[in-house]
Amino acid sequence: MAYSEKVIDHYQNPKNVGTLDKSKSNVGTGLVGAPECGDVMRLQIEVDDATGLIKDAKFKTFGCGSAIASSSLATEWLKGKTIDEAITIDNMDIVEELNLPPVKIHCSVLAEDAIKAAINDYRIKNGMEALRTDEKVIH
Amino acid sequence: MPKLPIYLDNNATTPMDPRVLETMLPYFTEKFGNAASRNHPFGWEAEEAVDYAREQVAKLIGADPKEIIFTSGATESDNLAIKGVFEMYTSKGNHIITANTEHKAVLDTCKHIEKLGGEVTYLEVKADGRIDLTELKAAIKPTTVLISIMYANNEIGTIQPVKEISALAKKHGVLFFTDATQAVGKIPVDVNKDGIDLMAFSGHKMYGPKGVGALYVRRKNPRVKVTAQIDGGGHERGMRSGTLNVPGIVGLGKACEICMLEMEKDTKRISAMRDKLENALLKLEEAYVNGSVEHRLPHVSNISFKYVEGEGLMMGFNKNIAVSSGSACTSASLEPSYVLKALGLGDDLAHSSLRFGLGRFTTEDQIDYTIEQVSKTVTKLREMSPLWEMYKEGIDLNTIEWAHH
Repeated sequence: MAYSEKVIDHYQNPKNVGTLDKSKSNVGTGLVGAPECGDVMRLQIEVDDATGLIKDAKFKTFGCGSAIASSSLATEWLKGKTIDEAITIDNMDIVEELNLPPVKIHCSVLAEDAIKAAINDYRIKNGMEALRTDEKVIH
Repeated sequence: MPKLPIYLDNNATTPMDPRVLETMLPYFTEKFGNAASRNHPFGWEAEEAVDYAREQVAKLIGADPKEIIFTSGATESDNLAIKGVFEMYTSKGNHIITANTEHKAVLDTCKHIEKLGGEVTYLEVKADGRIDLTELKAAIKPTTVLISIMYANNEIGTIQPVKEISALAKKHGVLFFTDATQAVGKIPVDVNKDGIDLMAFSGHKMYGPKGVGALYVRRKNPRVKVTAQIDGGGHERGMRSGTLNVPGIVGLGKACEICMLEMEKDTKRISAMRDKLENALLKLEEAYVNGSVEHRLPHVSNISFKYVEGEGLMMGFNKNIAVSSGSACTSASLEPSYVLKALGLGDDLAHSSLRFGLGRFTTEDQIDYTIEQVSKTVTKLREMSPLWEMYKEGIDLNTIEWAHH
């Protein structure tokens, strides 16, 4: 299967690979997927306490090229957004941007799940209620 | 720097040897006759070529030329052997024994047999990929008509204890069929020394053409018969009708002849390169060979690189190096290789595997380049892997509650 140029670019030059200090109260961490399923994503956001904007986002992903590209793209999109804006990122936006074929849609779903998990981790840490997220069925 | 891309997927298919092509060419054009045309020189010429090829094929596996049935390839041979024996020996019984690491051509044929009312036992394999002979023995019953165990596995190269299996089969009066697609032409296979009653193999796995293969069917001690699965003009002693693929058969014959003459020399060179590749890659932390190291084809190495995913790993170099992965991240089920899972590997290790299949045309500089590229990509992806980070922090991944999806 041929990958799109954008997937290849993210795979070769992934943006924002790394780790944020998960013990900090303004850092939210989302870990989704499972090794047995062949993909695990860890996505982290760091929120600026003063402005409420996501000032940094990092990821590490175990998975295929599309999973790596989806999480790399997600971190790019997260930066500069408020958490309310970030929660609206939809997996189909990722599919469209990366030209993911149908068999790789689950990678984008996983990235969306990772964003939501990171935001919820941040919300709980800061005394907010976790947002209920509807389970996506395309896995 | 070797010429790119490099082909290290010789278990999937092999390039055709130019000497094979040269032998085949006249049979497409000027020597185009139908081998069944008994009444003119065009037919005689084709028949003669087929007879010669039949001898070349038989010689490689220690058989009599009359015991070779030409087919379209190993999948057809597997079908003919299993379905053909099942149908021919219904009065004796309806039970077949096979193993769960067999090729799909065998497993799916066995599933078909079950639908027809047959009974199939699927043996599990040990951690090294070989079947347990005690389990095989225990599985044999009075209704058993066939034991179908592959000679060597396509994913991990593990060689089964063929002589021991055939001895058990013989003792219990059961026929023994082996899919030897990966073994014939690569390691010495002798139907008499190995006690084989039926054997499937294919041209394109041994530097011959695609679309041609053979089924060996024993004629003496015991005389084995299979019910034809393709009916028609009664070609191939009535066991496989259809106009013979003369150029393909000529090519298969030549491929067998070359394998026979050059096997020893090729094996020595190829296994040395395989060992070099494997030893270098095992120097990476947390890398493991899958399947038996001792009982293994000389040109295969299947390695799991823990904490990186196989498909993602391949993407790092698959423009330049062709290998195969046990991970299938494209299927809806995300199921990794059933062969690797049968060895007892966790899904995580099965997802992290690569199969390197060397061949006659593999060169030392290709191996050096592969070592460099694969090592580099594994290291890079581990830097990107949350699992690797956890492993390095001493976290036991089994204690984490993963969100299975």
